[in-house]
Amino acid sequence: MACQGLQGGETVASLKRESESLRKKLEEERKKLSDIELNQVAEKIEVLGPLSIKTRRVLKGHGNKVLCMDWCKDKRRLVSSSQDGKVIVWDAFTLNKEHGVALPCTWVMACAYAPSGCAVACGGLDNKCSVFPLSLDKNENLSAKKKSVAMHTNYVSGCTFTSSDMQILTSSGDGTCALWDVESGQLLQSFHGHTADVLSLDLAPSETGNTFVSGGCDKKANIWDMRSGQNIQSFESHESDINCVKYYPSGDAFASASDDATCRFYDLRADREVAVYQKDSVIFGASTVDFSLSGRLLFAGYNDYTINVWDVLKGTRASILFGHENRVSRVRVSPDGTALCSASWDNTLRVSWAAYL
Amino acid sequence: MSNNNASNNLITAKRAVNQLRLEASIRRIKVSQAAAELRNFCLQNASKDPLLVGVPSSDNPFRPPKSCSLLNRNLIIFQLKKKAETNQ
Repeated sequence: MACQGLQGGETVASLKRESESLRKKLEEERKKLSDIELNQVAEKIEVLGPLSIKTRRVLKGHGNKVLCMDWCKDKRRLVSSSQDGKVIVWDAFTLNKEHGVALPCTWVMACAYAPSGCAVACGGLDNKCSVFPLSLDKNENLSAKKKSVAMHTNYVSGCTFTSSDMQILTSSGDGTCALWDVESGQLLQSFHGHTADVLSLDLAPSETGNTFVSGGCDKKANIWDMRSGQNIQSFESHESDINCVKYYPSGDAFASASDDATCRFYDLRADREVAVYQKDSVIFGASTVDFSLSGRLLFAGYNDYTINVWDVLKGTRASILFGHENRVSRVRVSPDGTALCSASWDNTLRVSWAAYL
Repeated sequence: MSNNNASNNLITAKRAVNQLRLEASIRRIKVSQAAAELRNFCLQNASKDPLLVGVPSSDNPFRPPKSCSLLNRNLIIFQLKKKAETNQ
């Protein structure tokens, strides 16, 4: 497999030269089509009015840093995971804790709700991703039904179900992403290409086909074909680790959050970065991003405890959300776009929405 | 041992070249066209974006809204669409 295509006379040196010239060619091709900036195209659009997004619910109950959360498709339940190994399923409306499970490991960095709403997946320092079916019986011990699905050789940083409860996609500190069959635990496809820890992944919106984006400590964001395992596109413009990647709602673009204190916006069909969201006053790393329903707003959580709300088209900051008392580890907009949930190292989750009288 | 290392380096270098060839060969569109489509998507969906438009403060956003007591035309359309979706 590895030796195919080697031609006589090819040496490491000649291949390295070819690599260099291909990289230059790639840059030139991308530059040729860069005829305008995104914010110029957005010049004639009305400036956004003041946003009335405020925290309306605070979910208290975790005893330690909340590292991850995910909404259920029913738009009101959510699952969260924390540093002390606890995973909690909440009703965001009533603030009730509906389920709780304690994992034997600490730093549960990833959790995800199944599309059916009947199970959750989580993983972290145990190098695994496990699936727990959610029982209607509150007294039932969820740990007993735990199914170990994914096995990596380093921590699991992200996980998501694909279009059904049957498959999960994971990202790991071992530098790979992988697709697993939940029922059998079988590895269906693995994705190699990152040269350091992969910190985040996001599945393309269903209309756009079988691809996903990943970002990691090698400062790269890669687009993958889920069926073939092929790395289709690669973007390298951040100056430090990429902590989070998220697709734009149309599927034609994605955003990234990085330790370099910027968030960036990449268009897939133009194959390049089209916006950088930064400010001199924003000097702390960004750990998480998500888009509002229309894609006009980008919510980004930072290590300075704030959430900056960026105008995606104009490139300016539309608002700041305060309230958390420690790093914001995750922000997620609910499935119908109504609410924003933010998880933090201050042990709480906050649910915010825009309301008017 | 050193032969193994040499062939590994060769394999890695060859993989890198193949990957770059693939990436260099994809079809790209102009940023102006891509940007226009991103902008259009935002504008077309803006009125349905609850974090932009807002929900009436008397309502809980996790429950479908019950009545349209407001004059805002866009909001009325949004509420009717949401009702239709939850009824489906």
